[in-house]
Amino acid sequence: MIQSLGRYILLLRLSFRKPEKFQVYWAEVMREMVSAGIGSLGIIMIISVFIGAAVTIQTAFQLISPLIPKSVVGGITRDSMVLEFSPTISSLVLAGRIGSSMASQIGTMRVTEQIDALEIMGVNAPGYLISPKVIAGVTMFPLLVIVSILLGFAGGYIACFSSSEVTTHDFMVGLSDGFNPVIITVCMVKAVIFGFIITTICSYQGFYTKGGALEVGQSATRGVVYSCVMILMFDLIISRLFL
Amino acid sequence: MIEIQDIHKKFGDNEVLKGISSVFKPGVNNLIIGGSGSGKTTLLKCIVGLHEPSEGDVLFNGENFTDMGFEQRVPIRTHIGMLFQNSALFDSMTVEENIMFPLNLFTSQSKAEKRDRANFCLERVNLAGKNKLFPSELSGGMKKRVGIARAISMQPKYLFVDEPNSGLDPVTSILIDDLISELTVEYNMTTVVVTHDMNSVMGIGDHILFLHQGKKWWEGSNKEIAHTDNKELNEFVFASRFMRAAKAKL
Ligand SMILES: Nc1ncnc2c1ncn2[C@@H]1O[C@H](COP(=O)(O)OP(=O)(O)O)[C@@H](O)[C@H]1O
Ligand SMILES: [Mg+2]
Repeated sequence: MIQSLGRYILLLRLSFRKPEKFQVYWAEVMREMVSAGIGSLGIIMIISVFIGAAVTIQTAFQLISPLIPKSVVGGITRDSMVLEFSPTISSLVLAGRIGSSMASQIGTMRVTEQIDALEIMGVNAPGYLISPKVIAGVTMFPLLVIVSILLGFAGGYIACFSSSEVTTHDFMVGLSDGFNPVIITVCMVKAVIFGFIITTICSYQGFYTKGGALEVGQSATRGVVYSCVMILMFDLIISRLFL
Repeated sequence: MIEIQDIHKKFGDNEVLKGISSVFKPGVNNLIIGGSGSGKTTLLKCIVGLHEPSEGDVLFNGENFTDMGFEQRVPIRTHIGMLFQNSALFDSMTVEENIMFPLNLFTSQSKAEKRDRANFCLERVNLAGKNKLFPSELSGGMKKRVGIARAISMQPKYLFVDEPNSGLDPVTSILIDDLISELTVEYNMTTVVVTHDMNSVMGIGDHILFLHQGKKWWEGSNKEIAHTDNKELNEFVFASRFMRAAKAKL
């Protein structure tokens, strides 16, 4: 465990050495950003609308007392989406989508000697393979989470529109009532840290794959499982620190 | 010229290489042969620095490579070309991008120059016009040839090849052997080939190192190998009935 942590930190240090040639790395960063960002947009859009709608309906169900104004539903939906559902659930889904593909890509390169081929040429393999992925992760995750929040609100709006308990007007009023900007900070911190966790853990698992196709699959699975556990752990830590 | 001095390599308690020394000269085909698991690949990886030897030194033109750090090795690395056992082409890149990859990273050539160089290397391995194919669209023999083209794109001084014939038919094998041999003479490269293919040994074995039980068991040329009285080497070389019959006729 301690040994793995040491190897993980060492690998990260190697990854952020000075690049051999900036343009080549930049092209890789762009490629990873497109693949992580645009590639994940579809799944994020779908889950966010559903979660937003579900959270709104469940909150409305719990607040049936006539003493509470209906607009509170909007406020609770907003806080739940921004603080928890958008950053955390999205990241768990993205661990499966982006993380597993990163781990298996790097793992395949390892077992087919492509990483050896890079090193023979004098390329810093961790830098070339891992740093663009990490940069793409920490920049694209916050953007994806913002999209997720907005679509979550849209989902809530649709839920109110199609039922009679809460009017869309109440919902919209609730969204802006009692807004505390700290939740946006917390949300963005989570997104950046989760992006870092997924890309680094999955890259690490891929990079130290030994064996063949079977082990590549195992590395990808391990990458996703460890990422998910770490995401939930840091979710708690960050919430504790900021709120 | 490459000099290896008393190379040892241990994996845990398993000592795979037990002190191997030799000199590999430029312009000739240096072969490392031996049975499966005898440590051929391990020795090759120790020479190029993919493994760190547990003991011993590797000298490239007199410079001690083993003592160097990552940054210091880069200038030597750019003079090293290597063909891997399963070619190890970057499968997200086209044939042309594979060959241009080291040029992109380590030269300041213009795009046109790099493309010219890629075309030249492809022509040299008889694959002109295959620029835009992906590795998954190539046959085993073509992959090897692209691997060779990528290895020579930087005009290396040193060429390392791990089992160039594994998985190839005999005709293609000989083509690849001949290609390696021609390039070695043409560019006066120091070439080290790991193989257990007897056709290669007899065909291009100018200088042969026979590994057995982690040691250098025998060293010589393909002219000498037929007349050796080294028991293990004889068993290895003349394992097939065909080779024994051929020897009887000599
Ligand atoms: N990375 C490694 N870790 C542990 N043992 C290894 C490693 N690489 C090779 N070996 C062991 O070293 C021995 C020689 O392997 P290798 O050099 O691949 O043989 P060859 O290429 O001659 O077939 C084998 O017994 C193998 O198990
Ligand atoms: Mg081998």
